[in-house]
Amino acid sequence: MSLFQVDSLSFSYRRVPVIDGLRLTIDEGMVIALLGPNGSGKTTLLKLLLGLLKPARGLIRLRGKDIHDIPRRELARQLAYVPQVHREAFGFHVFDVVLMGRMPHSSFFSRYGAKDEQIVWEALEKLGILHLAKRPYTEISGGERQLTLIARALAQGVRVFVMDEPTNGLDYGNQVRLLERVGRLADEGYTFVFTSHHPEHALAIADRVVMMQSGAIIRDGAPLATVTPDKLAELYGLPP
Amino acid sequence: MTSAEAALEETPNNTGRLSHEPDEAELSCSASAWLLQMSRSQFPLLGSALLLLAVMLISLGLGKYPISVKEILLFLGQKYFGVSYFSADRMRLLNSIIMEIRLPRILAGALIGAALSTSGAAYQAMFVNPLVSPSLLGVLAGASFGAALGIVYLKSWFAVQVSTFLGGLIAVMISVGIARVYRVNTTIMLVLGGIISGALFSSLLSLVKYLSDPYNQLPTIVNWLMGSLTLSDRSQVIKTSIPICLGLCVLLLLSRHLNVLSMGDEEARSLGVNVQRVRLIVIVCATVVSALTVAIAGTIGWVGLIIPHFVRMITGPDNRKLIPATILIGAAYLIVADDISRLAFSYEIPIGIVTALIGIPCFAFVLRNARKGWS
Repeated sequence: MSLFQVDSLSFSYRRVPVIDGLRLTIDEGMVIALLGPNGSGKTTLLKLLLGLLKPARGLIRLRGKDIHDIPRRELARQLAYVPQVHREAFGFHVFDVVLMGRMPHSSFFSRYGAKDEQIVWEALEKLGILHLAKRPYTEISGGERQLTLIARALAQGVRVFVMDEPTNGLDYGNQVRLLERVGRLADEGYTFVFTSHHPEHALAIADRVVMMQSGAIIRDGAPLATVTPDKLAELYGLPP
Repeated sequence: MTSAEAALEETPNNTGRLSHEPDEAELSCSASAWLLQMSRSQFPLLGSALLLLAVMLISLGLGKYPISVKEILLFLGQKYFGVSYFSADRMRLLNSIIMEIRLPRILAGALIGAALSTSGAAYQAMFVNPLVSPSLLGVLAGASFGAALGIVYLKSWFAVQVSTFLGGLIAVMISVGIARVYRVNTTIMLVLGGIISGALFSSLLSLVKYLSDPYNQLPTIVNWLMGSLTLSDRSQVIKTSIPICLGLCVLLLLSRHLNVLSMGDEEARSLGVNVQRVRLIVIVCATVVSALTVAIAGTIGWVGLIIPHFVRMITGPDNRKLIPATILIGAAYLIVADDISRLAFSYEIPIGIVTALIGIPCFAFVLRNARKGWS
């Protein structure tokens, strides 16, 4: 059974269609890059895949079940959202941010236990950010924040990571370091679906590239076959 | 201890990984090691509990008839543990001063302080906005209007409580609604929404005052809205304390959820939280507890804004520590403010004036201090 099965998916934002009749199948264990110009619907597709938006038409199946029939808590044990790096008002410790990943594993009024904390320490260690554990999240660099959010996804105990422009706002060195981390996790069998504005990042770690334009998929295939100068020119509307 | 924790312990200053920036790294690491210890221990919570206890004991002795802490302790010992020290006459006098006059008022102050501060902390976490508080969101204005309306037109205390709460709830809905309608989710929009909502209910309150009976009702409304613990009737305080305590307990239990909510809606949902339900529970609880303080003691501003800020400097923003510490420190703060309102001048001044006079300069200071984190 495939991980995601998306059928004739449509979504409009204030009556403007953003996604139109999209079909997509995603298998477990793959690293999938979504490329496309601004406004092509990449981020909307991610949010639909996460069940954060409700499609106007069409169906998204996660492991065979309609994603909107899966309760939020259960969904959070199967899928993790790694948002774009942000800076929020409150400087929670990195440890406490990662601990939030344990939220779907505890009941409404309960507290985090020693097991949750141990899982957090392991996630921090795996991403090489143990030394940041007690630093405020607002005072670390963008790359470190992105690693923190990935660690949180890991602590969620999921096998599937959905990432929105993970390298956005990072300098070149941090981009490379982040891609290396993602590549290493992918080798362990984790699934990644990520959007990017950098075709070379798709070449570096993706197993499959999906190119989107005006809410539809125009090309879908192996990185070496899709990320070519003429196809990129077509995708981004550049002169050939 | 896990292996990871052990690794962290082995390199206490942990400068190895950050050696490319020795000065800054060493500084931040010694600071973080200190923070680590501080947060591991229950120091902030224990400290605040002791502070509250000390403030209560000292305040019991303060007044026109001063009683020393030693006498208070001996009195309590004699009353509850059979120590014999005072004569029966002296006991009777102390009993009426301590147990009948001062203790109820101190408990009311503690309750109100805890309620206002905690609701402030909860609103701040939920709206991801350190600039909001019960008064800035218009809750206190809405509650005042509801209460005044209740005093003029409703007879039972229960009905007054309900109309106070509804006034507060409608006010907060308007402030939040304005930001929602324009789809602008910024600090400034929420604050402006609160100003609009507060102004609306202030004018409605003026209308109620204008229409009320100027000989009986108007003085009651005016005196009481200035904020004072003098008028608080003991049985009313007890009745009001039940919903307030319930609301505080729920907020305490939801502190993990508040943490997740302050990462933003989409993230909270992706972490499995039913955002709409949790938000509704938090708004209702925070509004119940802060609006009902108006029913007991009128409008007491600035507490819900200042205390969470102050406590956050000690505990950090983690609501699992912040909320319980805020309950304790907020209670202690309001008792002290009430002591000042009772004792600073030869006659009592409204406590709302005291909290404003303390709160405003503190806020001006905090504003400068916390600026960097609010982008």
